[in-house]
Amino acid sequence: MRIALFVTCLADTLFPSVGQSTVQLLERLGHRVEFPQAQTCCGQMHINTGYARDALPLVRHYVEVFEPHEVIVAPSGSCVGSVRHQYAVVARQCGDEKLARRAERVAARTFELSQLLVDVLGVEEVGAYYPHRVTYHPTCHSLRLLRVGERPLRLLRNVAGIDLVELPDAEVCCGFGGTFALKNADVSTAMLADKMRNVVDTRAQVCTAGDSSCLMHIGGGLSRLRAGVKTVHLAEILASTREAG
Amino acid sequence: MTTFLGMPTAPRGVGHLRQTEPFPVAARRELANTQMRRNLTKATGIIRAKRAAIVGEVPDWEQLREAGRAIKAETMAHLDHYLEQLETNVTAHGGVVHWARDANEANRIIVDLVRGTGAAEVVKVKSMVTDEIGLNEALAQAGVQAYETDLAELIVQLGHDRPSHILVPAIHRNRAEIREIFLREMGDADPGLGDEPAALAEASRAHLRRLFLSARVGISGANFAVADTGGLGVVESEGNGRMCLTLPETLITVMGIEKVVPSWRDLGVFMQLLPRSSTGERMNPYTSIWTGVTPGDGPQQFHLVLLDNGRTAVLADDTGRQTLHCIRCSACLNVCPVYERVGGHAYGSVYPGPIGAILSPQLTGIEDNASLPYASSLCGACYDVCPVKIDIPSVLVHLRARHVEAAREGRRLPHGEAVTMAAASWVMASHRRFTAAQRAAKLGRAVGRRGQIRRLPPPFAGWTEARDMPVPAAMTFREWWRREHGREHGREDGARG
Repeated sequence: MRIALFVTCLADTLFPSVGQSTVQLLERLGHRVEFPQAQTCCGQMHINTGYARDALPLVRHYVEVFEPHEVIVAPSGSCVGSVRHQYAVVARQCGDEKLARRAERVAARTFELSQLLVDVLGVEEVGAYYPHRVTYHPTCHSLRLLRVGERPLRLLRNVAGIDLVELPDAEVCCGFGGTFALKNADVSTAMLADKMRNVVDTRAQVCTAGDSSCLMHIGGGLSRLRAGVKTVHLAEILASTREAG
Repeated sequence: MTTFLGMPTAPRGVGHLRQTEPFPVAARRELANTQMRRNLTKATGIIRAKRAAIVGEVPDWEQLREAGRAIKAETMAHLDHYLEQLETNVTAHGGVVHWARDANEANRIIVDLVRGTGAAEVVKVKSMVTDEIGLNEALAQAGVQAYETDLAELIVQLGHDRPSHILVPAIHRNRAEIREIFLREMGDADPGLGDEPAALAEASRAHLRRLFLSARVGISGANFAVADTGGLGVVESEGNGRMCLTLPETLITVMGIEKVVPSWRDLGVFMQLLPRSSTGERMNPYTSIWTGVTPGDGPQQFHLVLLDNGRTAVLADDTGRQTLHCIRCSACLNVCPVYERVGGHAYGSVYPGPIGAILSPQLTGIEDNASLPYASSLCGACYDVCPVKIDIPSVLVHLRARHVEAAREGRRLPHGEAVTMAAASWVMASHRRFTAAQRAAKLGRAVGRRGQIRRLPPPFAGWTEARDMPVPAAMTFREWWRREHGREHGREDGARG
């Protein structure tokens, strides 16, 4: 299958290995990955901070870049959530019904990574090998906007060598929330503190999730505490093999 | 984008709907109250678990939620019709209906009614709306003492405190604190009073009994009003409501205009949704429903005050309108990670938590509660538990946009944030500009140590108070892609710029 990658601006700039892993994983599964190089950012930060009007050019840009592609994947529940649940709303608010309809069609072909693997490609065992103690944080938008449910966990359980441990209060938000972490930094930090305590209590070496943004938040806190727990994106675990070691 | 102008909002200077300080400032102070945080974490944890178990028993819960949403949506679409029908039926059964444009009008009507009876004290059923309009203060100014009879409201009143939760106003207090308040304030409390829940409940019972038997006026809110019968309903757990609703000669009920439901039949849906969502019970212990006046039985004077206080302004907003569906169950508070950590007082309004963050700014006008729509990480837990499916995250985002638009029109833009957002939009709308920005960002690598930045300037300083920030990668993904795949299938189709 030909799959277009929307790498997200965050992974592109700060976490390129997440994009690289997504490419390696899909190619290993026999698919052809395309990277439309005109892509930029989904605009979620603008939308969620109240700048729908400023987000409109980004909505239009995403639609124009990805319209020619049949299947689109992004390693982010949050960005896909925005494409799927906010794009048409923003376009309509700004009075562009035509763009709203186009956005709806592109959104229906845009998948979060675990959705693509399980629902579109029909695989739960991707041939990965990852000999580490890992705990999984289900990010809010993958869980409650996209309803990915158990899909990431089903993929992780099939990884050879993994010691997957349950995260207490896993479904509670880590406190990131985009500009929430800046506008309400103290509340965000209090939420992060509880999340980190739960992660550390699992004695996992690695905390994983389907969103680089939430991982940047949790990982930034763990790094500051020198907690010795790494944050690794789901795509990076699924891309790991015995050979790559 | 549409801007809503002209509809009157809740007036300033009366009631308890407005922040006196921005949410982040209040939240910072409340976060430091470790006793309150422990109390809240424990209490919300218990209610959350009870609710989840009891909702899990209902096989058609999702259909029930949808039914609740549909009834409310129908009601809001024809609110004028149902309110007039309610008025007709209440009047036909011997009640008197009063229309109050806002808090001031409602307080004036109620004070006049109480004065007319000559009573110097009134007993109250727990009611959000009387708190919203500051009725107790208005009565006090008129020389009338209002006694709260719900246990938690009594604790708040005796403690000269503010409620911090819709269902459990004293949720921020533990039983040791409650015992102290009773001993200090009750006057008739036994000095040997223990802090067991049963002992505390007994003390309040003894304290309230005299009031129930002597009060000539009762004041209540309403959980619902049935348009096609004129019936009013109050749902409660302690029996104090039943006392207030039946013993006094005069009953005054105040309700927001959104509480009406079209027909008696609709209660079948809400009587399942409400107790399971709010207290985590299959049914609530006491449900009182009355229709007008019954000669020789119960209050012989019944007044219904229908309050707008900004609700018509909420109704006028297509997206915000669903806020009026709220049945005040408080399930959204109990699951909210923000509420659980900061408590209800941080919101500044009698309506705290996720529902408060969308209701208060709409009732007052966003400019008076401008920081509330941002008091959420948009995690969506509130939407999942809402029994009438209010999409709180979407309304929050909508209100943020209204706030930004209002600021733009008031020419209070551009400030720093707006400039940043506009610049980011301009950069991100073109991959060439974005790639140039990525190159510039790599300069940030110089300030990092071991790949992490430990201190950033405002507005990012809040981040690095508690978190490191990774430095931009030496090679961006798109640079890697070009190296690995060249331009062979890196098509640039469909894109401008």
